[in-house]
Amino acid sequence: MGPRMIVTVKQVPDTHNITGEAMKEDGTVNRAALPAIFNPEDLNALEEALKIKDQLGGTVICISMGPPNAAEVLKECLYRGADDVVLVSDRRFAGADTLATSYALKCAIEKVGGYDLILCGRQAIDGDTAQVGPQIAEKLGINQLTCIAAVVQVDEQSITVKRSVEDGYEIVRSQFPVLLTVTAEANQPRTAKAKLVMSYKNIGKELCDDSYDEAYLSPGTCSAVSHIKEWNVESIGADPQQCGLSGSPTKVKKIQSVVLTACESKQIPNTEAGIAELMHELIAENIIG
Amino acid sequence: MGAANNVMVFIETRGGRIADVSLELVCAARRLAGQLDCGVEAVALGYELEDELQRLGHYGCRQVYYVADRRLAHFTSVPYAKTVVEVIRKHQPRIVLFGATTMGRDVAPRVASALKCGLTADCTDLQIGSHELKNVVYENVLLQIRPAFGGNIIATIVSPESRPSMATVREGVMRLDEADPDGRVEVVSEACPVGDDDFLTEIIEIVREEKQVNLKAAQIIVSAGMGASDPEALELVRQLARLLGAEVGCSRPVVDSGVLPKDHQVGQTGITVRPNLYIACGISGQIQHRAGMSEAKRIIAINKDPQAPIFDIAHYGIIGDVRDVLAKMIKAYRTKA
Ligand SMILES: Cc1cc2nc3c(=O)[nH]c(=O)nc-3n(C[C@H](O)[C@H](O)[C@H](O)COP(=O)(O)OP(=O)(O)OC[C@H]3O[C@@H](n4cnc5c(N)ncnc54)[C@H](O)[C@@H]3O)c2cc1C
Ligand SMILES: Nc1ncnc2c1ncn2[C@@H]1O[C@H](COP(=O)(O)O)[C@@H](O)[C@H]1O
Repeated sequence: MGPRMIVTVKQVPDTHNITGEAMKEDGTVNRAALPAIFNPEDLNALEEALKIKDQLGGTVICISMGPPNAAEVLKECLYRGADDVVLVSDRRFAGADTLATSYALKCAIEKVGGYDLILCGRQAIDGDTAQVGPQIAEKLGINQLTCIAAVVQVDEQSITVKRSVEDGYEIVRSQFPVLLTVTAEANQPRTAKAKLVMSYKNIGKELCDDSYDEAYLSPGTCSAVSHIKEWNVESIGADPQQCGLSGSPTKVKKIQSVVLTACESKQIPNTEAGIAELMHELIAENIIG
Repeated sequence: MGAANNVMVFIETRGGRIADVSLELVCAARRLAGQLDCGVEAVALGYELEDELQRLGHYGCRQVYYVADRRLAHFTSVPYAKTVVEVIRKHQPRIVLFGATTMGRDVAPRVASALKCGLTADCTDLQIGSHELKNVVYENVLLQIRPAFGGNIIATIVSPESRPSMATVREGVMRLDEADPDGRVEVVSEACPVGDDDFLTEIIEIVREEKQVNLKAAQIIVSAGMGASDPEALELVRQLARLLGAEVGCSRPVVDSGVLPKDHQVGQTGITVRPNLYIACGISGQIQHRAGMSEAKRIIAINKDPQAPIFDIAHYGIIGDVRDVLAKMIKAYRTKA
């Protein structure tokens, strides 16, 4: 049958060219002002799930929490071979910190149910926190293996991975169910398949409260996904108090954009004499010996 | 119950030794505790650590809750998280600090999730201040300061409504104070709250790889960027480093392109360094790189582009080709007399 795998994927602002204007007054991000991309390490998480599926069979279901536009990353998942996708979207999820995010994702994952493996990126580049994965695992009460540099071996009941740690690495194994956080070291993500792009390019979203469609996932009946499932607070049975800003213990007090403070700087002429003088100065000040 | 509301540090040990970052955090905790008028305490998990834990006293930690159990000798997520949660519930610290290491970043979020408290990752500064929320003024809250959005923004995060406030901090970010060999710590034994069925991770192999470089301890660092990553320039970087007794650092793309191993990387996602002298060779000086080296006492920048941002923070700027400039530096040093 193969394992049932859930991959959490996030749409993130491309953090390369961000300025203070991209931040709103309340300290949250004005995502509309920024190009949005597939969080890089979530592509590695998806790739690892697809590799396991190539080897053992099974199903890959991708979940993203975010604004309606986050459906874009879910389409990308379908283009690469995901079996089904769910968008968790509701205004009441807005402003969530990692605790409120992991709570909502945990509710969605429980609604999908029956999972063997949950794969997350190690961290999302908008915050670099690496917290959501472990917090989902804690809320589900399952084991976690973080910072995975390679999957060493996987079978129907267990997975063995290599974790990179500060002073070397470790090889560890866990029975299912277990949550993994995957790093960029683990693999080279595959690209989209032209055939899948053709079939899913115009796929729409559909708000649904119905429980997860089991029949769809039984082998043999696998027809193409007809729409992106969209779930809100009610459909995942979440407590609104624990969602979004109200479920977030951390608050942003202040945001400053980084300004360069130019220091007193001495221009050294690029000549033998100029550089010799610099070296002598450093020796005289005992900075070099 | 007599909750002390102290500042607590999670003590990470590797191979029976306390990680540097944990000692740095004890020092940071002492500075915070000074402002809060409370004490510094710690939680340590493992086996046969009694002697090693004495070192905590040298940095100002007065009490360490020690959960000794052979099964905790090596880190695994669920048992560590459950144990730390129990110790926090019992002793009710107001602040808990973890190293932003693979271990700290694995266990801290699980603990925060179980306690439903706030956690801020990778703080670069911690302060005490007040915060107003819904017309309530909270005094003496932990201000957790960290870069966000790829280092382009500095955010101050607070979590006044939940306890404790938790933060992770990378190694090298907090200053290690002078050790006081007379400082004493009381080792308080705590029972291990986890059962065998919580040990869900089977450890198959642990491989320790000796670090090739020790950037953190280096007084002088000669660092190569993409402008100095070709074999000829890199050889000159190495030569100058050998002459000066320096270590070789680098920027991230140099690691990404496979030229130097990851232990050499300086910056936000690499190592934070504070040497006496940092020589940036062919490094543009993007914010993520500067985050790891801007506190060097002296910075020399060598770059052929006069507009390179590295010149904004350099004490000495040399505009020119790295190969040419490094050759001149080597020659000048060799004939220094
Ligand atoms: C989330 C995130 C985290 C990051 N973390 C880090 C980090 O920890 N550390 C880090 O370093 N980067 C990090 N980066 C990458 C960072 O943004 C820059 O891309 C990187 O620092 C640039 O490296 P560089 O200056 O070596 O290369 P480049 O930007 O390519 O610059 C090369 C420089 O060399 C000069 N040059 C070229 N040839 C010569 C020559 N012959 N002689 C003299 N000068 C020459 C050029 O003028 C240029 O200024 C991170 C990025 C992100 C998004
Ligand atoms: N809103 C979200 N929707 C889906 N997955 C998420 C979301 N936020 C975080 N994740 C997952 O959790 C990982 C770690 O995120 P973070 O803690 O934000 O660094 C990411 O790589 C994703 O796999």
